[in-house]
Amino acid sequence: MDLSFDLLGNALVSGLLLGGFYASATIGVSISFGMLDIVNIAHPAFILLGSYVAYTMNSNFGFDPILVSIVATPLFYFLGVAIYHVYDVSFERRGDTALRGLSFFFGLLFITEVSLVLIFGVDYRLVDAVYIQTTLHFGVIDVPLRLLVPALVSLVMMGVLQLYLSRTFIGRAIQAVAQDPLALRLMAADPSRIKRIAFGLSIATASVAGAILIMVQPIEPSVGRDYIGRIFAICVLGGLGSFAGTLLAAIILGVMENLTATFYGPSWSPAVSFGFLLLTLAIRPSGIFGRT
Amino acid sequence: MSAAAILQVSGLGKRFGGFVALADIELDVARGERLGLIGPNGSGKSTLVNCLCGTLRNESGSVRFEGRTLDGLKAHQRTRLGLARTFQLPRPFGTLTLAENLRIPMLYAVQARGSATGPDIDRRCMDLLELVGLADKADRLPKDLTQIEMRKLELARAMAAEPRLLIADEAMAGLSHQEVDDILALLVRLNEEQGITIILIEHIMRAVLSFSQRLVVLVAGRKIADGDPQDVVRQDDVVAAYLGS
Amino acid sequence: MRNPVFVLWLIVAAVLTFVIARLIDNAYFYFAGYVVLQYVVLATAWNILGGYTGYVNFGISAFIALGAYSTVVLHKLTNLPLIVMILVGGGVSGLVGLGTGYLTLRLRGTFFGIATLAMAVVVQTLVTNWEFVGGSRGAYIIRPAKVAYLGIDYIQYLFLMMLGLCVLAVGIARAIEKSRLGYGFATIRDDELAAEASGVPTLRLKLIATALSGGLMGMAGAPLPYYVTYLDPVSAFSLSYAVNTIAMPLIGGTSSWLGPIIGALLLGTLQQVATVTISSALSLLIVGVMLVVFVVAAPKGIVGWFWK
Repeated sequence: MDLSFDLLGNALVSGLLLGGFYASATIGVSISFGMLDIVNIAHPAFILLGSYVAYTMNSNFGFDPILVSIVATPLFYFLGVAIYHVYDVSFERRGDTALRGLSFFFGLLFITEVSLVLIFGVDYRLVDAVYIQTTLHFGVIDVPLRLLVPALVSLVMMGVLQLYLSRTFIGRAIQAVAQDPLALRLMAADPSRIKRIAFGLSIATASVAGAILIMVQPIEPSVGRDYIGRIFAICVLGGLGSFAGTLLAAIILGVMENLTATFYGPSWSPAVSFGFLLLTLAIRPSGIFGRT
Repeated sequence: MSAAAILQVSGLGKRFGGFVALADIELDVARGERLGLIGPNGSGKSTLVNCLCGTLRNESGSVRFEGRTLDGLKAHQRTRLGLARTFQLPRPFGTLTLAENLRIPMLYAVQARGSATGPDIDRRCMDLLELVGLADKADRLPKDLTQIEMRKLELARAMAAEPRLLIADEAMAGLSHQEVDDILALLVRLNEEQGITIILIEHIMRAVLSFSQRLVVLVAGRKIADGDPQDVVRQDDVVAAYLGS
Repeated sequence: MRNPVFVLWLIVAAVLTFVIARLIDNAYFYFAGYVVLQYVVLATAWNILGGYTGYVNFGISAFIALGAYSTVVLHKLTNLPLIVMILVGGGVSGLVGLGTGYLTLRLRGTFFGIATLAMAVVVQTLVTNWEFVGGSRGAYIIRPAKVAYLGIDYIQYLFLMMLGLCVLAVGIARAIEKSRLGYGFATIRDDELAAEASGVPTLRLKLIATALSGGLMGMAGAPLPYYVTYLDPVSAFSLSYAVNTIAMPLIGGTSSWLGPIIGALLLGTLQQVATVTISSALSLLIVGVMLVVFVVAAPKGIVGWFWK
């Protein structure tokens, strides 16, 4: 293990940026799992969908991936609304979320991945944008824009969502529905409708997260599976439903993963997040997860 | 401390984060007693039940049942020792028939192992179902039951565990006048014929007053009264708690 | 029907199947049939935990791979017969299942599901980095040509072994169903809180289910190296195992031992046909779609259509 300081410094900085990006992947699940108690393990598949949408527009028309993703956000929103509707009617109302609800999302994850394989094949895909090749240099620390831009976009997206949740009526209703659906009903807001909007938002974030994912790394359909562990590890570690906690946990995970990859090799990276997840689930007492 | 105390609660406390749900609860229940527990919504009654039964863990204080400490024991272990409870909102086993619902405590709380069926178990199931008036629905599923039938099933299932102390948590909420009387009669029968100690948690005042030999009042997580029902309900702080001061 | 009689009928069915296979006398039938039988075992094993107690295990591929890689290790170090390897594979998987369960079964069911997913990836990473079993390059296993004392080809021997495992798995599943243990499992599925209050030791029962389920899956995976002759992490940990193993009981019906068999026979055969006629990726897509459709529209599965 070669502990030179610029190697360490660079690993830390890129880990930080990577963590910032991971937060954008997790924020959707922060909403669906943290606030709505829906275990959407298919979220990474939707992120990948966003990646491939950005890729298609970028490689065919040269559009900037981030702009594409923002335009695609309403489509993803409606996809989320539709999925929630099916989930609500089929599982939440029947009280079968633990087995069949979970399997439903697993099925969606699988269908999405296999469909992407059938359409795009298993070759790695990249995007081409003006800024991606550039790297800023600060002394011995290199800051590649392909990591910096996603981290910044991620922060902006989280900021916008946080504002929405705390300043608008619907946003506050979403926070309320997690804690007290009955009180919400008494305030003449329909919990089902609120949850639908929230889940739609959750999937909408996948569009943007997907576009910046394909900047951070080349993608192919099975990449989504690595992100399941990362996302849920961050959610569990960071405290469900808290954006600040999510960001902090994401950065911690990003740094740890990158340090592992730099000093021990990238083949150990998946074990970091999933191992983290297992440990957190094992050690954290169940009381903190609330919602009995 | 009476030698016939079946339950001894001392210094029991429970918090949820910063919120103090129960503070310094002291309670003795004599064997064969009919104890009523009342208090406004949110006063901690259900939390107390959950702590007694092991569904929740109390941070401070201790609970002794028939002389042995319950601290650290899980819910199923406490049930096996003879402490049973009903749930505020009935929680039947939805995919099992009524008879099978009753079979569960018999198989797990009463006996340590053995086969799942047998003439003895079947007979006891039917006896219990007859006691609560559900014998004709023995092979039906819980979803076919009315509200009061569900509550009777809930009670029957608690009784199937052959408890020596039964905690009935708002078993009569939402029932009609006659239905309340039915359940009350059932509980009195259990107490007088089988000597089962019963803690009745209720909002329906006339039921609690006619049933209880002793009344305990819980307000904001603290016990503010403990004694003869007629005296307790006339206490100033009890009246204030219900009507506001 | 009492259980010993049932097991007898299972054995009769297994023997009949083997006799029919010998009459057909087509090597491909054995190869395809092995896969279908393997899924009967996997689906039945999964259902003991998923269908009976309601706890979803997504880490199926890890249990299969643990069984398979135990065989690789034993094959390199010793000369033990296949039956012993199957038992060892089952033991290793059962222990890992127990361990995972012990760490996570105190949590809600959905957390357990995520934890099994995490466990699968951790195991895959460990195996991929383990040079002794070939790491990411994989391991080659020589499949013997014949089994001398039985006078049959090895592939027929593997087919026979898998039939035996089917009898074991289905026999266990049915025995559990109407037993005291089975009732305990059902209460965990229906209402865990009420189960605890009724005296059911829920943690202990869940651990039993997890260990049993994991162990059976490990046994199903143990003969795999001899079947494929080249075992690498990517195919051993393939997601198709997970999707099939979950889809089959959910489509066939989770409430009884019969559901996983129906699901496995139906989907397994469908897939073998589809892989040859269309493509394996497309056949997997069909499985995924069927899973979602059934879970949404027919939660009781095929068994639920006929037995209300």
